[in-house]
Amino acid sequence: MEFKSINQLKSLIDENKISVKEIAQTYIKKIKEKKDLNIFIYFDEDKINNQVTEIEKLPNHKKLKGIPIAVKDLFCTKNMPTTAASKILENFNPTYESFVTQKLINEGSLFVGKTNLDEFAMGSATNTSYFGNTINPLSNKDNPLAPGGSSGGSAAAVAADLCLGSTGTDTGGSIRQPASFCGVVGIKPTYGLCSRWGIAAFASSLDQAGIFSKNVTDASILLEEIAGYDERDSTSSNVSIPNYSKQLNSKLNGKTIGIPKEYTVDGISDEINAVWDDAIKSLEKKGAKIKHISLPHTKYALPTYYIIAPAEASSNLARYDGVKYGFRADEAKSLDEMYEITRSEGFGKEVKRRILIGTYVLSAGYYDAYYLKAQKVRKLIANDFIETFKECDLILTPTAPSAAFPLNEKQDDPIKMYLNDVFTVPASLAGIPGISIPYGKDKNGLPLGIQLLGKHFNEQEIFNASFALEKDYE
Amino acid sequence: MKLDTNTINKIAKLARISLSEKEANDLLKDMNSILDWVEQLNEVNTDSVEPLANISSSTLPQRKDEAKDINSSDEILKNSPDKLEGYFAVPKVVE
Amino acid sequence: MSNLIKGNKYEWETVIGLEIHAQVKSNSKLFSNSSTAFGSKPNSQVSLVDAAMPGMLPVINSYCVEQAIKTGIGLKAKINNYSVFDRKNYFYADLPQGYQISQYKYPIVGEGKVSIDFKDGSSKDIRIVRLHLEQDAGKSLHDQNPTKTYVDLNRSGVALMEIVSEPDIRSADEAGLYINKIRSILMYLDTCDGNMQEGSLRADVNISVRIPGEQFGTRCEIKNLNSIKFIKQAINYEAKRQIEILEEGGTIQQNTLLFNTNSGKTKPMRSKEEAHDYRYFPDPDLLPLEIDQKIIDKLVNSIPELPDERKRKYAEDYNLSNYDASVLTADKYVSDYFDSVINSDNALIDSAKIVANWITTELFSLLKEKNIEISNSPISSEYLGKLIKLIKEDIISGKIAKDLLIEMFESKEDPEIIIEKKGLRQVTDTSEIENIVDEVLNENQKMVEQYLSGKDKLLGFFIGQSMKKSKGKANPKILNDILKLKLSKKN
Repeated sequence: MEFKSINQLKSLIDENKISVKEIAQTYIKKIKEKKDLNIFIYFDEDKINNQVTEIEKLPNHKKLKGIPIAVKDLFCTKNMPTTAASKILENFNPTYESFVTQKLINEGSLFVGKTNLDEFAMGSATNTSYFGNTINPLSNKDNPLAPGGSSGGSAAAVAADLCLGSTGTDTGGSIRQPASFCGVVGIKPTYGLCSRWGIAAFASSLDQAGIFSKNVTDASILLEEIAGYDERDSTSSNVSIPNYSKQLNSKLNGKTIGIPKEYTVDGISDEINAVWDDAIKSLEKKGAKIKHISLPHTKYALPTYYIIAPAEASSNLARYDGVKYGFRADEAKSLDEMYEITRSEGFGKEVKRRILIGTYVLSAGYYDAYYLKAQKVRKLIANDFIETFKECDLILTPTAPSAAFPLNEKQDDPIKMYLNDVFTVPASLAGIPGISIPYGKDKNGLPLGIQLLGKHFNEQEIFNASFALEKDYE
Repeated sequence: MKLDTNTINKIAKLARISLSEKEANDLLKDMNSILDWVEQLNEVNTDSVEPLANISSSTLPQRKDEAKDINSSDEILKNSPDKLEGYFAVPKVVE
Repeated sequence: MSNLIKGNKYEWETVIGLEIHAQVKSNSKLFSNSSTAFGSKPNSQVSLVDAAMPGMLPVINSYCVEQAIKTGIGLKAKINNYSVFDRKNYFYADLPQGYQISQYKYPIVGEGKVSIDFKDGSSKDIRIVRLHLEQDAGKSLHDQNPTKTYVDLNRSGVALMEIVSEPDIRSADEAGLYINKIRSILMYLDTCDGNMQEGSLRADVNISVRIPGEQFGTRCEIKNLNSIKFIKQAINYEAKRQIEILEEGGTIQQNTLLFNTNSGKTKPMRSKEEAHDYRYFPDPDLLPLEIDQKIIDKLVNSIPELPDERKRKYAEDYNLSNYDASVLTADKYVSDYFDSVINSDNALIDSAKIVANWITTELFSLLKEKNIEISNSPISSEYLGKLIKLIKEDIISGKIAKDLLIEMFESKEDPEIIIEKKGLRQVTDTSEIENIVDEVLNENQKMVEQYLSGKDKLLGFFIGQSMKKSKGKANPKILNDILKLKLSKKN
């Protein structure tokens, strides 16, 4: 049994054609069948069944009643342990529910499990997880592919039809890139649209929760549920949230789409450029005006990001010290030794690399040269977008420089791995919203995503253009 | 080469992460190539640019001075790997 | 008054700067809504934020911001409309986040000054560099278990104001006066309860020595002192230690020290061996704190009268000396009490000096004996006013008044009622006094003769005897006059 969309399943529920219990059983079965893909860090049949009783009591007007949702294991959840895919959070059972997951619970969603990710969301292939790789459901048996990352488990869960939607977080592309690799829709909203409360932090000035779904409409339904002001997050924005799904509109008359020349980079396959061209034509057909634009500091986004994100991470991850929760090495004789062994054994290689880079760029004598410099370049990158959005409504680019690559292919060279984020990082630095939707395939039949970027808090415009592209693609 | 083993070890000490010799050497190579790569930011003239710390354009929200004790000490200590007599316990510190 | 310390070879000047950590008086913590109450069960006032649970975020307490601004105004300091919260990164058992949220480059309050008053009537300004808001850490207990350190996070996240002075202080006494003055200002403003025993006010002392006129020497920092007595002891010990080293040709190692209150000595902190590198950077969980000038103006208008203003008023309106006025105004409650005595009766305005003396000598000693705060004084300001008025109007003598005060202290009664009950009213009736004097002179004829032959000093004896007979109630002036008159008549 496959359900195509939230609306479809919701009407079956509303018409009493399917019970929440049946939905739960259907998805439990699916998840068990796909166990080999290692999509979930936490999956417990009982925990799913326990929710059923509660959800069935809810009135039908609850917008997500019975809708199966997977949660990235970076969101703290009361009923399921939270690991951030790290050994250091071993046995951590939060006593609190993150803002985003609480909102989903309030509307009646059925949580099917916690999905795999790169450890503390640091990675682009879901291969730095303490709990092993996740395999892209689109791989064939002989050639397992990466699902992208860091929210690879959440993207794969949707692609493998193990849920109808999932939560992700995006710091430099961690929703959009895996969405592209797995052929699903993934939206990273404006920084501050969704509260970060209860999400284990990677880089506070960049982290943003978002959604994976099978289609644009579902993404808009889910985003309008998880968005909203939270007084417990000082960077949460107090803006009113439009009813995105009701206002979806594929007519693009009068809209200007910017095509940045800096996103045509060496080494990008013709296939990707061809998909980009197709999308441009499609938008034009829907009435949009195409404008060639320039974002001159694009080239500096990645190095800027790889200073700022590790710097913030080095501080954000200091709380994992073996004192209050999680793993503690027990052979230590002194407090410092306890810290050092706990953190050495508790964190994986990539996390340690980033903590050390971050510690270095903030340290005395290097702060100005690295961190302060990066903050200034970040300003220029943000300004590029502000200037550009004076002359266009949306920007269209490819999502990732390649389709899903084989597992482990790029593991040795960190910079090569970091280049995965080349098209997604600039928007993260500027805090603007971005979506990736599947739009074409490469010669191996693997999906390629296209990215739409919009002005701050203009998710509606992004959904509308995506909706138009999606219709055309179908 | 920006870093030497000595610096790596100093940084690791600051970050409270112990490194084996092999780890330190691997990290040295990776971190040096990353630092060389980010060096390209020096091409950008930022003389009159204000640093951007947070993208949010709103002002810092403030809350009222109300004490709401909502967390019990059991809740706070629940996940601690070592707790004794209502305290978090750590290896003895000599000041 | 010289502040110089004599060494074996030279005279040395001590150069001191203080960092005072004052706990902000508030109901809840700086970035979380758990209570700040003192002395609760361990880890019972800890929110998820204070315990640095994953995904927890700080939200600033507006009242703590106001308290810091008010304090800045009280320190005559510049209030910064723009300030930034930074993370100070280091690992310690009682620092759950692995960083302290503090203010580094852009503090909420800039340069200010406070003045301290000396006994000789002179005063001196101590410049303030800055005041910033920061989180307190939790508490580590090292003595509860042989192999473990215990951590209590109740204090974790409580708001502190760090008030940093310029190195303008030149002696332990000046340091004491400075802390007292800061404490006094904070308590007038009600921004800190000033309780040093409970740790609401603590200081780090930066200290170096030099030969006057030369450049500042290398300084050492003595951490976390929580009483003025210890601060003075620590400064005196440390200055001598440094002088000895320098006079023997040694050099001072810049160091962080702890003061052992039992031995009275300072020693380097063992846990601070490695050089710190705090890696300050703006906290990305918080936005810059921007304060509207209107809010500052409103707070300026809400500032109560501060010790310096009261001091000036006392000197001008009541003719008190600068030092007397500074003693009265140092403690807000003393000053409030004084005001309330004066205001209880218009007639007392001219007797301010007498009122001041009665408070700072007689009343203080009674209060001190019983360890009672003046705000809880058993003698109400109204009754003390009445007592002083009774003296002024010659209804009782000063001597009787002192006994009466003790009685009032115990019974809490109106002095007039006690006087009536016990018949303590001063005798001003001349005929009654004449009778007493006659009796005394009759009983001591020999002495009278001696007096008349030139032994003037015996007048005191006659006064004493007469006073005794009147049970101390005779008006001394009238008694004196009558005695003299009667004796002269005998001549």
